[in-house]
Amino acid sequence: MADPTQTGSLQIRNVSKFFGQFRAVNDICLDIRNGEFLTLLGPSGSGKTTLLMMIAGFLDISKGEIALDGASISDVPAEKRNFGMVFQGYALFPHMTVRDNVGYALSVRKRPADEIRNRVDEMLELVQLQEFADRKPGQLSGGQQQRVALARALCFAPPVLLLDEPLGALDKKLRVEVQEQLKDIHRRVGTTFIYVTHDQEEALSMSDRIVIMRDGAIEQVGTPKELYERPINQFTASFLGKSNFIHQNGKVFALRPEKIDLMPGNENAEARMRGAIRNITYFGSMQRIIVDTDEGAEIEVDIDVWRNASDLAEGLRVDLLWKDSAAVELQTG
Amino acid sequence: MQALNRHIHPGWLIIAPLMLMVVALYLGPILNILWLSVTDPEPGFSNYAKLTEGDALIRIVWTTVRICIITTLFSVIFGYSIAYAMVHCHQRQKTYMLTLLLVSFWISILVRTFAWLMLLGRKGLVNVTLEDIGLIAEPVAFMRNELGVLIGMVHYMIPYAVLPLLVSMQSIDQRVMDASRNLGASGSQTFWRVYLPMTMPGLVASTLLVFILSLGFYVTPAVLGGGKVLMVAEYISVQLLVTLKWGTAAMLAAIMLIGVLVMLWIMSRFMKLSTVFGGAAR
Repeated sequence: MADPTQTGSLQIRNVSKFFGQFRAVNDICLDIRNGEFLTLLGPSGSGKTTLLMMIAGFLDISKGEIALDGASISDVPAEKRNFGMVFQGYALFPHMTVRDNVGYALSVRKRPADEIRNRVDEMLELVQLQEFADRKPGQLSGGQQQRVALARALCFAPPVLLLDEPLGALDKKLRVEVQEQLKDIHRRVGTTFIYVTHDQEEALSMSDRIVIMRDGAIEQVGTPKELYERPINQFTASFLGKSNFIHQNGKVFALRPEKIDLMPGNENAEARMRGAIRNITYFGSMQRIIVDTDEGAEIEVDIDVWRNASDLAEGLRVDLLWKDSAAVELQTG
Repeated sequence: MQALNRHIHPGWLIIAPLMLMVVALYLGPILNILWLSVTDPEPGFSNYAKLTEGDALIRIVWTTVRICIITTLFSVIFGYSIAYAMVHCHQRQKTYMLTLLLVSFWISILVRTFAWLMLLGRKGLVNVTLEDIGLIAEPVAFMRNELGVLIGMVHYMIPYAVLPLLVSMQSIDQRVMDASRNLGASGSQTFWRVYLPMTMPGLVASTLLVFILSLGFYVTPAVLGGGKVLMVAEYISVQLLVTLKWGTAAMLAAIMLIGVLVMLWIMSRFMKLSTVFGGAAR
């Protein structure tokens, strides 16, 4: 079992990874707190998986250091790190039953058989797979396999659990369901979760903190709300949710489409911009309206369907209004 | 015709010529051999009774089985190591290894056997080299005995052992091995508990292939055994061509066939043969 003195905080200090001339991860510093659900979010090629593989010990660190609770683990091989991991595609052992898969970590540590049995039962209950204990992975659905992978990775009570796009293979409806289960399991086991994804909805709905990565570097770190409400640059603002960018007096502001109000006609004194509706797309709960402004910009506005306004139509002149706090000034350059 | 179509899938029409060919060219002759073994020279099981009269025949069968088992063991062990190396080395080295493997695969068995004849002789390269570096004083008898037959057969069989294993190893997801390490397993634990079981279908396929092919070996025992190592295939040919006892030859062929079928049946008790022969692994 894991050392009880390990609490599961990770310190990543100036870590870089070079593949030849290519810098996959470039001088990253990050403190991961004990017990938090931290998401590494970025487009493909942003270095998030490379960083995760270095934490897991499958990739050597070119420069810098990774420490667990302050003690460097840079030279500890993967099999001695005691980090659980849920792999992309799950990587279950196809020739073993669910029970043997889940108990594998304890079995290679030569724990007594009845201890393994009890612990596996506990884990299967956690992921609600008790009745599947004697099946082989090939006889399970994708969602069930995902839960086996989770139980297997948590069975030896690791201080840190690494998850590499664990929901990538599931269909959309199942993903939402599994997201809630994952969040619930995180609350119950209290282990530090480091979660890699390129799906911004997953990141927003599950994380305590999100790290947005691009080109091997960190763009911004914060809680989902901080990142959504106060993005610091255009990349963050457009990668996490949608954003309009407004250029005024040499400054750039990000403005979320749902924070703009839209009034038919051109008589509103508080109007920030005026323009004409070019396009309306209906999404059921809301509609997305694209407005061509008189300044020549294109602004997206999301309006709840119930609030209006069957009188909106393409070509209609409208005023755009928003509160001062809705526009966030971005760093430029 | 309508009624016929309803009962017989039209697809059968397409494969019918092939079916006929299989029946005519394989099933027919095999049944003929089985038939010969109980009818020539007279009806009854007198040919099979010969196995119990004296130990000459039994000794030949036993020699054959022993040589085949040893050949299979060594071919599969070497084959497993070679396939493992090929899967896990760089692409360029892999291409070299595959080329070498296929070249030796394509060279005629006769050529390869005679090559060993030259290498293993009393004045052959191997003995001369060993004497020159002072490892041995007298030439070692590598030939005209079972050792020679085994060397020749293992060498011939290695490519056959490698190919099914290569396919099986290439289909393994490296992440599964990573998962094993991540869960705290050492290299040898990962090998014995994950890698070996996952390559088991390939291992069984390769073992069966090598063993069954070895049973029919003819040229290598005749040349490298120097007449001192008599295996079933050579004995059958003597019965057919020299002593003209076709019944005895047919009986021995039938025994080998039945032996192989029994082996497959025993295997099928332990695992699904469809996974061995490339079916879906479930």
